[in-house]
Amino acid sequence: MSKPVIEFTNFSFHYQAQSSPTLREMNLTIYEGEKILIIGPSGSGKSTIGHCLNGLVPFFYAGEISGSLKIFGKETKEESIFNLSSLVGTVLQDPDAQFIGLTAAEDIAFKLENQFVPQEELLDAVNRVAELVDLKEHLDSSPQDLSGGQKQRVAIAGSIIDDVRILLFDEPLANLDPATGKTAMELIDRIHKDAGKTTIIIEHRLEDVLHREVDRIVVIDEGRIVADLTPDELVSSNLLIDTGIREPLYLTALRYAGCTITPELKPKSIDTLNIEVSKMNLHSWYDNVTYTEEKQKNDVLLELKNVHFGYLKAQEIIKDISFKVNKGELISLIGKNGAGKSTLAKLICGFCLPTRGEILFKGENLKDQSIKERADHFGFVLQNPNQMISQTLVFDEVALGLKFRGVSPKEIEDQVFHALKICGLYELRKWPISALSFGQKKRVTIASVLVLGPKLILLDEPTAGQDYKHYNDIMEFLWNINQQGITIIMITHDMHLMLEYTNRAIVLSDGQKVVEDEPANILTDEEVIRLANLKETSLYQLAYKADFSDQRDFVKRFIHFDRRMRQR
Amino acid sequence: MKYKILSYIDLESPIHRLTGAAKLICLILWSLTTMITYDTRILVVMFTLGIIIFHFSKVEFRSISLVIYLFLLFLFINNIAIFIFEPMQGVKIYHTKHPIHHIIGHYTLTAEQLFYQANLTLKYFTIIPLALLFIVSTHPSEFAASLNKIGVSYRISYAVSLALRYIPDIQRDYQNIILAQQARGIDLSKKQKLTKKIRYASSILMPLIFSSLNRIETISAAMELRGFGSQKRRSWFHERPFTKSDYLAIMLSVLLFVISMLITFWDGSRFYNPFTYPAKGNF
Repeated sequence: MSKPVIEFTNFSFHYQAQSSPTLREMNLTIYEGEKILIIGPSGSGKSTIGHCLNGLVPFFYAGEISGSLKIFGKETKEESIFNLSSLVGTVLQDPDAQFIGLTAAEDIAFKLENQFVPQEELLDAVNRVAELVDLKEHLDSSPQDLSGGQKQRVAIAGSIIDDVRILLFDEPLANLDPATGKTAMELIDRIHKDAGKTTIIIEHRLEDVLHREVDRIVVIDEGRIVADLTPDELVSSNLLIDTGIREPLYLTALRYAGCTITPELKPKSIDTLNIEVSKMNLHSWYDNVTYTEEKQKNDVLLELKNVHFGYLKAQEIIKDISFKVNKGELISLIGKNGAGKSTLAKLICGFCLPTRGEILFKGENLKDQSIKERADHFGFVLQNPNQMISQTLVFDEVALGLKFRGVSPKEIEDQVFHALKICGLYELRKWPISALSFGQKKRVTIASVLVLGPKLILLDEPTAGQDYKHYNDIMEFLWNINQQGITIIMITHDMHLMLEYTNRAIVLSDGQKVVEDEPANILTDEEVIRLANLKETSLYQLAYKADFSDQRDFVKRFIHFDRRMRQR
Repeated sequence: MKYKILSYIDLESPIHRLTGAAKLICLILWSLTTMITYDTRILVVMFTLGIIIFHFSKVEFRSISLVIYLFLLFLFINNIAIFIFEPMQGVKIYHTKHPIHHIIGHYTLTAEQLFYQANLTLKYFTIIPLALLFIVSTHPSEFAASLNKIGVSYRISYAVSLALRYIPDIQRDYQNIILAQQARGIDLSKKQKLTKKIRYASSILMPLIFSSLNRIETISAAMELRGFGSQKRRSWFHERPFTKSDYLAIMLSVLLFVISMLITFWDGSRFYNPFTYPAKGNF
C-alpha cells in the first residue's frame, strides 16, 4: 500500500460568518498517486474540503477548525497558505477569473515569479509545462483571445509548474461546454498518469467526470462523508438519488427498463458497461414505449428572415440567418463560443440592427422600434443574476422597470405582486436580495423581466454551474411560466436541458444556422455535435451497444418516457 | 475594436526596443525638466525633440488621436479657467504690463498673460506626446516590472498590471449590464433627460460594483494560492535586461535635465522674460 498523503481525522470546520459548521467530524485518508472524486450537491461542503487542502481555509476564509488535517504528515493549520501552495496546486472553478497575467506565458509563470526564480529558468519551465498541456502556440495570447478550455489549460499549467505533488480541481467542468469538458477530463487523466500526481476533483457532474477512470468517489452531504466507494459501487447504489446528484443518463434508461445494476456489470461508464444481461429488458421496454410526434402549431411569434450583421462591413458575424419561433415554444439556441448566439440576442432586442434582412414580431417589421419599445415584447435575462440586480429589496428590484416607465404606484404594486406570485417569490417580497440563494436571485431577475409583460424571454445559460437540484428548480420554474403562455428561447450548452425540456434547438456555427431540429436528432448527429462543441449523448451509445437498429428512435422514446415520469 | 484606446501597440522601433524601466526613467526626467522650467527656448527645443522621438517610434498619430483631442479640449478649458481666476498672473511674473485689449471689469488681456499661458500650454505639449508614447510602446507587463525595478514595491507594481488585465473584462461586464437594463426599459439614449440618466446610472453601477467585488475576491484567492506575497522580492517573466541603448537613453535624459536646469536658472529665475531683457536679479 502506498503511503497516505492527506489525512482528515475527526475534522470539523466552522466558517466565521456561518451559523453552523460546514464540515463535521470528517475522516478521510487519501494515498499517494490516487485519483479521487469528491461529489455532492451545492452547499454540501465539498468546496470547503478543497479550501482546507489548499490553505484558503483557514488562512483566507477565517473560521474554526477542530480535529486534524495532515498533508504529507504536516498539520495544515500550523503551515501557511504559501507552504501549502507548494504542495497542492489548485485549479479554480472559473478559468477566466483566475487568469492573473496579461498573457498566457506570464500567467503560467506567476507561481515561479513569486518564488523569485531567476528569469532564465522561468522561460524553460513555462515551455516545458506549456508542452504538457498542449498550449505552445498560444503562449503570447491575452486572456481575451483564449477560449474557456484554453484558459483552463493555462490554469493547469500554472499550477503544475513548480512540481506540486497534489493537484486539486474545484469544479473544473462548471464553465466549459460538453466537448471541452470531455477534453479537460482527458487532460487531467493524462497528467495524473504521466506525472503520477495525487489528483482530487471536486465536481457534481458525475457522468462527465467518469469519462475517464477515477479510483474512489467520496460523497459529501450536509458536511459529512456519506460514502467512500469505487465508481462501480456508487453508481449501482441508491446514494446518487438520495443526495440529489444526477446519475449518468444511460443508467436512468437501464432503470426505466427495469434492469438491475450491480457493480459486477462495471456500470461506471458506458464503455465498460456489460450490456448482455440488460438487452432483453431494454428491448421489451422500448417496444412498450409509444409516443406521438407533437404537431407544430403554426402561430409565428418571432421570425428572422435572411438576417445579416457585422460591426465591420467586411466581417459578417451573422450570415443569412432565418428561423421562426412559434407562440408558446420553448427552444434552445446552441453553438460554440463566438458562433453568434449573443449577437443574435442583441439583434432581437434591438441593440444592433441587421445590416440586411428583417426581424418580424407577429408579422410586423421591428426595424423602427427602439430598444425600449421592443422591451414590451422581449425580455432578456443574463447568465449571472448579480449583473442585473441593482436594488436592495426584492420588491424594489422587480418594480424598477415599471418605475422607469412612470407607472402609478398602485398599479406597480399590483403588477409586481402578480409577477412575484408567478415566480414563487411573493413571501420573500420584503427580503433583502443579498439573503437569497443563487436560484432565488435568478428568479428575481426573471420576475423583474416578466413584470414588463413580454411575450418572449431570452435567457443566457439559465442553468450554468448549477447542481441537479437547482437545475431542476430553475427549469421546472421556466417550464411553468412557459405553460402560462410565455415563449422562451434559451442560449445553452446544457445537453440535459435540451433533451429534457426543449422540443427544438437551433444550432449556430460561424454566424450561420447549421440546423434546427429536435434535440434527439441533434445530439446523435456527429457533424452537428462537432460544430456546436457538444458530445454524443450516452443514450445513443447505449442504444448502439444494445443492438438497437434505430438508435435515434431509442433516444426519442427515452425522452418521452422520461418526461412522463417526471411529470408525475 | 473600440476598447483598444491607449493600449500597447507592438511595433519594431528603437523606442520599442528600449526596456520599460529605461523609458520610465527617461520619462520621469523629461517630465521633471518640463515641469521645472518655464524657459520658452528650452520648451521649444524639447517639444521639437518630442515630435522627432515620436516619429522614430513609428506609432501612427491616428492611434492616439482621440486622447490628443480630449487633451486639447481639456487644455482649452484649463486656459480659460486660468484667465478667469488669475488674469494678472503674467504681469505678476514678468513685472511689466502691456495691455492688448480691455475685456470687462478688471479683465484685461495682456501680452504677459498670453505669453505665460502659451508657455504653460507648451509644457503640456512637451510632456503629453511622450507620456502617451510611453504607454503605447511599453508592454503592460513590462511596465509593472519596470516600476518594480525603479524601486516601487512589487505589490503596488502588480496592482497596475492587474488593473490593465481586468479593464477589458470590466468593460465587457459593463456592456452586458447596460444591455440587460436597457432591455428592461431603461432609456439611456440621447433623447433622455440628463437628470434621469444620472438616476438610471445607479442601476448600472451597482451591479458593476458588486460583480467587480466578486472578481476581486476570486483573484486575490487565486493569487495567494500561487504564492503572491510570500517573498520579499519576485522575478518578472517580461523583464528585459538593460542594453547599451538603455544606458545611452538615460544618460541623454540626465544630460538634457542638467543643461535645461543650467539654462533655466542661469539668470536666477524659472521664467524666460522677453519683456524686460536683460532682467537679471529682478527676483
